[in-house]
Amino acid sequence: MELLLQQLFNGLTIGSVYSLVALGLTLVYGILHIPNFAHGALYMVGGYITLIMMTNAGLHYILAILVSIIVVGVLSVLMERLVFHPLRHSPPIQDKVAAIGILLFLEALAQLLWGADYRQMPTPFGQVVNVFGLTLTLQRIIIVAAAIAVMIFLYWFLKKTFIGSTIIAMAQNREGAALVGINTNKVAILTFFIAGALAAIGASLTSPINLVFPGMGHLVILKAFVIIIIGGMGSIPGAILGGYILGFTESIGATYISSDYKDLIAFVLLIIILSAKPQGIFSKGGA
Amino acid sequence: MKLLNKRNIIILLILLAAAFPFVIQNQYYLHILTLAFIWTIAVYGLNLLAGYTGYLSLAHGGFFAIGAYALGLLTVKAGFSFWMAFLLAPLITMIIGLVVGLFALRTKEHFFAIYTLCVGYIIYLVIDKWESLTEGVRGLIGIPAPEAIGPISFTSPISQYYFALVVFLLVVLVIYRIIHSLTGRTFIAIRNSEELALSLGISTKKNKLLSFVLSTFFAGLAGAMYAGFIRFIGPEIAYTTITFDLLTYMIVGGIGTFAGPIVGTFLIVLLSQNLQFLQDYRMLIFGPLLTLLIIFSPRGIVGFILMQYANWKTKKKVITSKGHVKEG
Repeated sequence: MELLLQQLFNGLTIGSVYSLVALGLTLVYGILHIPNFAHGALYMVGGYITLIMMTNAGLHYILAILVSIIVVGVLSVLMERLVFHPLRHSPPIQDKVAAIGILLFLEALAQLLWGADYRQMPTPFGQVVNVFGLTLTLQRIIIVAAAIAVMIFLYWFLKKTFIGSTIIAMAQNREGAALVGINTNKVAILTFFIAGALAAIGASLTSPINLVFPGMGHLVILKAFVIIIIGGMGSIPGAILGGYILGFTESIGATYISSDYKDLIAFVLLIIILSAKPQGIFSKGGA
Repeated sequence: MKLLNKRNIIILLILLAAAFPFVIQNQYYLHILTLAFIWTIAVYGLNLLAGYTGYLSLAHGGFFAIGAYALGLLTVKAGFSFWMAFLLAPLITMIIGLVVGLFALRTKEHFFAIYTLCVGYIIYLVIDKWESLTEGVRGLIGIPAPEAIGPISFTSPISQYYFALVVFLLVVLVIYRIIHSLTGRTFIAIRNSEELALSLGISTKKNKLLSFVLSTFFAGLAGAMYAGFIRFIGPEIAYTTITFDLLTYMIVGGIGTFAGPIVGTFLIVLLSQNLQFLQDYRMLIFGPLLTLLIIFSPRGIVGFILMQYANWKTKKKVITSKGHVKEG
């Protein structure tokens, strides 16, 4: 029972990070219909910026995360302006290739700047706490709490503020949004900034319990794709729910089935889903 | 009296390739070129599917690895002779490709890319984790070289080079025949508009599957050649890096063009050899190149040249026709 609870909590931690990354991906997909393969690279850069800010500039963990959010957000916006915007009328295969090009570039750049070795990120929240007989590190609690706070904030922003609702409007109908006077360019920039920021937060939160290295985004981005396909491409609640479903499935699968094959779970899940429903479950019109 | 027509250029290139080992006696270059031939075969498979049929498969590196591992396992673990395994490996890849294709092709566009990316990852994870079969990260060691056929042995680098060259030329010929056949035209029709193709009475399902299976065949063939040439394989050949490398070769050369795979592969393979210090960082150059090309010349180098050539031809026509008007 205790093992199960422990694993459930682990699932909650992993799921929180997955949800954050998947949210960024789903927002971008929602407004531009681009599967942004470079999102994993943004996640990786986010991890590195936080790490470098802490080790080289001596900033506090939280300050470092703030810097990382801004840097990755801007990087994400640049990507939109320089690459996806010029390609907006091209056939879909070209967006994907362009995104892969960016991904390869950012990974090579990270390797050049920061080396290929696996690095550990220090955290000021390394304490171990006991909650209801479970031993948890403070960092894991912070991951869950921060992720949930970010998601609530994002939800409030999208639903209750005027700028936020322009994103929703554009996701629902691009032409319609332009027709009522929404500046679609500005919305695209804002969305990419949010997506980058979410990736940076996700990476910075999880890095102290995982490791920072140039390929750290590979698995995460693939799983984020799985999540948004489960949750419906472009759906925000779907991304959150999907993230937690995958987090729980993985941590329980790792304990009770095989930890060697735990990464397979997500992909097998996706293959099964797409084989049965090629448009994804909860698909919101138009593939 | 055109000396430099298409046919003569091709003959010249083939002669150059055949004479290469005698002109430049550098084992290292021989090795690189042999590898380039092998990669090109794989890129042709990818081009058939992504370039001509319009379905971007990101599992291509995985199928390459299946071909390589099929050959490795059949020879090392099952004790088959090289040639037997060499015939079987692409077939095994094709069968797996058929099964994957049946499901993967139900999806379209983005979903297809993501689906195949996941398939590629599963192939990698299975090879990496299934230690009792594939030896996991240790890799498969001691894959035999091709046995001699009569007086021809395949142990020296030169003979390996010719072996790769011959298979490469065969593949180019087969691809040429495919894309200029009705089947090839059908693939292009599907790429241009699946709905239109469907309404013309083309069975898009059957043809997409055919294109997918053919592409895995070439991936498997290239993988088997690779295993026989390098004679050591590890799970890293199934990783997404290989898929992205192949993709880069194809895009730089020109997606959906006949000469694209050759141009792209040779250019990048040779260039990265000369920029050896860049080995780990070559994507610093090729990554942005990929993105820039897709924005400014979506059909790569070959597409760019073809377009310039077409422009130049029409200009020439205009000038000569003007001249005629003056004379008359």
